Amino acid sequence: MTMQSLSVERRSATTTTPPSVRIASEPVAKLIDISKCIGCKACQVACMQWNDLRDEVGTTTGIYDNPVDLTDQSWTVMRFAEFKNPDGKLEWLIRKDGCMHCEDPGCLKACPSPGAIVKYGNGIVDFNSANCIGCGYCVAGCPFNIPRISKKDNKAYKCTLCSDRVAVGLEPACVKTCPTGAIQFGAKSDMVKRGDKRVGDLKERGYQQAGLYNPAGVGGTHVMYVLQHADKPSLYNDLPLDPKISPWVSLWKGVTKPLLSIGIGLAVLGAFFHYVTRGPKEEEPGSH
Amino acid sequence: MSIVMKSGEVPRYNASERVIHWTVAITFILLAASGLAFFHPAFWFLTSLLGGGTWSRILHPFLGILMFAFFAVMAVKYWKENVIKPYDREWGKRLSDVINNRDDNLPEIDKYNIGQKQLFWVMVVTMVLLLVSGLVLWRDTVFAFPVLVVRISAVVHAAASFVLILGIIVHMYSAIFWVKGSLRAMTRGTVTHAWARHHHPLWYRRITGNK
Repeated sequence: MTMQSLSVERRSATTTTPPSVRIASEPVAKLIDISKCIGCKACQVACMQWNDLRDEVGTTTGIYDNPVDLTDQSWTVMRFAEFKNPDGKLEWLIRKDGCMHCEDPGCLKACPSPGAIVKYGNGIVDFNSANCIGCGYCVAGCPFNIPRISKKDNKAYKCTLCSDRVAVGLEPACVKTCPTGAIQFGAKSDMVKRGDKRVGDLKERGYQQAGLYNPAGVGGTHVMYVLQHADKPSLYNDLPLDPKISPWVSLWKGVTKPLLSIGIGLAVLGAFFHYVTRGPKEEEPGSH
Repeated sequence: MSIVMKSGEVPRYNASERVIHWTVAITFILLAASGLAFFHPAFWFLTSLLGGGTWSRILHPFLGILMFAFFAVMAVKYWKENVIKPYDREWGKRLSDVINNRDDNLPEIDKYNIGQKQLFWVMVVTMVLLLVSGLVLWRDTVFAFPVLVVRISAVVHAAASFVLILGIIVHMYSAIFWVKGSLRAMTRGTVTHAWARHHHPLWYRRITGNK
């Protein structure tokens, strides 16, 4: 839902300035430290509890992931990966998957419905389901494969970064519940500093490729990961190395939109002016 | 072949041909309106035509299937008459005369001129592209396509629609406003002898046997 109490920086399918007179709050970010995650899924439970979601009870498929994928009812899912490091030791890489809240959101760029997707001044990307028409363009626009369309109402759903809680000064539900402090929340600048510090610690402990995942291809994200192996994000259940809005989506929703629209307008104008300058074509009079 | 005509009219399209044409035409208008609304926010108001954004999203693909099916009948029916002949090319070389209404001594042509024939083939190609890309974009289908295929289809769908809409703008302008006496061929089924002789002399002689 759209929070009236937050300044809006961008609004889908809108060419005028969105409601933004409120002082844009400091950009926020969630920092997920994968090296501290124990895979307890408390964040999944907290997300369901706060957002009134109840996914169907699934079946075991031989892996710890449960549910096995994001759904309209599961806006965050722990993805478990087993990685045998070069020393021959097993590392359990557990990534809390969900919306990354891109600074340049592909979903918002692709959305055709005015105001169905907004980006607040604080960086949160939110779906306003009341305006969603269920076309699924956001799914095509997202570089992280996050939005899910409900079979029940055909609307798109994803993590809101608890925009309703953040609007009143609370941290997201998953942050509040995380027992190890693997999920933190605050001003993005603070989270970057904290992430960098943790990366330094990890490097001292032998994780030479540790790094902060804040991909520049989408302008940075308001959900960031501390990765032990930032050189190979694909180890973490195919986290993309260099995510960006697909050039096909940019072509579709970028230059073609105004160009083709103007082309159609010019064709109609051209026909009209042809008529008023050249007139109609009529056969010779009286030759019936 | 000679056809008996009442009250000096030349038949051009029979009732079933007219019904098929107008089914394609009406579905096209609804599709173009809802499609443009999804394409650019400047056209968003056009979603009202089908009862809002969500109804437009629901109905657009079904209308598309309907338009394709009826157009397919037209394509099968008319393709032979739309094969481009040497005299069409000669006629086409005098495009500036055609545009400026200097129709004297234009090469004699059959039932369709080269512009109409080119529109026919443009429609054949764009309709197929729209159907294929549209099925990929249609989330309600049982198929789940890789996201790259969906993205490419979105671009193909937009580009093909643009070409088709431009073609139909020219078609509608020519038939409704520019070439007087054309519209009745599709509303009443007949044209005048003068119209047929002036614009499509080969066709006129072929079906009437008149000079």
